[in-house]
Amino acid sequence: MSEAEFEAYVQGGGQVEAGDPMPEAYRKALVKFIEMHGNSELMGVLPEREWILRAPTLQRKLALTSKVQDEVGHAQLIYRVVEDLGKPREACLDDLIAGKTKFHNVFHYPTKTWGDVGVIAWLVDAAAIISQKALLKCSYAPYARIMKKICWEESFHILHGRDVILTMMNGTDEQRELVQEALNRWWGPLMQFHGNPIPAEDDPMYRWRIKSQANEEARQQFLDGYVPQIWELGLTVPDPKLGKRKDGVWEYTEPDWDELKRVVTGHGPETERRLGFRKASREETAWVRQAVLADAA
Amino acid sequence: MIWEVFRQEREGQPFQHGGSLEAPNLAFAEAYAREFYGRRGESFALWIVPRDAVEEVRDPYVAQVFDRDYRRVDGYSLKAKLKEARELAAKNASR
Amino acid sequence: MSRDITALLRLADDELILGWRNSEWTGIAPFLEEDVAFSSIAQTEIGHARAWYELAAKELGTDADSLAFDREPDEYLCAPLVEMRMADDWARTIARHWLYETADRIRIQVLLNSQDREVAGLAEKIDREEAYHRMHAEMWAERLRDEPAFREAVDELWPYALGLLPEGQRPLLCQAVEMRAGEAIERGEHTEGLRPLWEEMTMVRRSVPGASW
Repeated sequence: MSEAEFEAYVQGGGQVEAGDPMPEAYRKALVKFIEMHGNSELMGVLPEREWILRAPTLQRKLALTSKVQDEVGHAQLIYRVVEDLGKPREACLDDLIAGKTKFHNVFHYPTKTWGDVGVIAWLVDAAAIISQKALLKCSYAPYARIMKKICWEESFHILHGRDVILTMMNGTDEQRELVQEALNRWWGPLMQFHGNPIPAEDDPMYRWRIKSQANEEARQQFLDGYVPQIWELGLTVPDPKLGKRKDGVWEYTEPDWDELKRVVTGHGPETERRLGFRKASREETAWVRQAVLADAA
Repeated sequence: MIWEVFRQEREGQPFQHGGSLEAPNLAFAEAYAREFYGRRGESFALWIVPRDAVEEVRDPYVAQVFDRDYRRVDGYSLKAKLKEARELAAKNASR
Repeated sequence: MSRDITALLRLADDELILGWRNSEWTGIAPFLEEDVAFSSIAQTEIGHARAWYELAAKELGTDADSLAFDREPDEYLCAPLVEMRMADDWARTIARHWLYETADRIRIQVLLNSQDREVAGLAEKIDREEAYHRMHAEMWAERLRDEPAFREAVDELWPYALGLLPEGQRPLLCQAVEMRAGEAIERGEHTEGLRPLWEEMTMVRRSVPGASW
């Protein structure tokens, strides 16, 4: 199959399995995309794990542990897919720690209060789920299959996030302030999350049906679903331009695409510290992998 | 070592491929399979198989050259024959 | 018949603090599959702590969260074994895990025969879930058996493990792990690690006292 034939095949709904012949460019694009997803799930654990230790009730402690555990599990599923495409997990982790590969912008920012815990589970996860649902139709079948399990598990996270937020909003003034303050800090990264608008025809990920949703479409879906939820709780969004036009399109202040670029290329506020932490714990446990995984017989 | 995990969603249903995981031996593979495919009670039973033990067969039927419509439901066209048989039976009944 | 609150709080505090320590590995365990498995174990421990707190809370007219989080550090009844920070040392972590699960089984087995029906009932439920923990601990102990770091850690933690159990149950522990009895490090005095743990554990809760979360 030529590359043009392959493109026609996947655009017609054709599926690709691990052992199938595929254009090298497709395989490379897949690895890059899926690896970034795995990196994101793994790095996403770091801002949240601290709050497991600080959870203010036993139920929240359990729910948050469960959520974070799911995310580690997702990283495992995703890296397995990458490995079957030819890049071993250890190579992925090496590249992540060395800053050679990327992870989503939101995981480069600090978490400062319990308000962040709520906002992340409610809104950051919501933004991620929109993208993830679009991946259920990915032309690469092994990835589409794990996305089914991932989306199912993520649905629990959203409920948890909503519950945390509603409890605080129904609580004291201090608690409501925690939520508003966290929302103010997370709004910028949330608006950048889905990436700058690229026309579908120019996006190889779209042509190859790796992604089936354009960036702007995802962002509009997020705004449509979640801004009403934010406003009905009496919270404000720190963007005076934000509003829905008569034709249903959401208008907003143009996100800072330079900030996004800076952050995902490794210059976020927490990037260096978190990668350093990963590196250190990886080195501390290298002997375990040697002892347990190396001699498999 | 890579292990494939098959899961049975409910009793009596076929086992379906759930995913794969890395583990040094069966004891570890079982512990992890339980976690990954059972911690929400979503599986009734699991099969755990070393990846190397799985043989993949692509294109399961080698020859599809001759028409083998006798093996398929659509190889039998009964509508016309049934119409004819009903008409004949009605004619015989009215005699 | 009055319930032995002290005994319940010892169990609950042990499980809570150990669960807290084990949660320090979430996200940074040696490999991803193990991260998920070990995280489950930490969760189950916290779940068990909650169940013991609930039993005690009924007697005391309070609730589980208040018992878990609103006491001062020196009011906790946990054993020194569970307080130690091991989040950078997998050999020590597994050594503790293995010793703790073995000891815990012994005391749970005793509770299965408790005159207190609710305690016996809860012990039975916990025992069933703990079967997975024991399987996991045995699997790792077997795998790390020949690692010097593991053996050293077991030897170092042995006196603490003995101190986890009441004196009468200690011979059973010696039998189970095939080690000789020795000087036990008893409950009573907390290690210096407990206060900073407690401060972090309760910081959000203390930030708005009395609030619902």
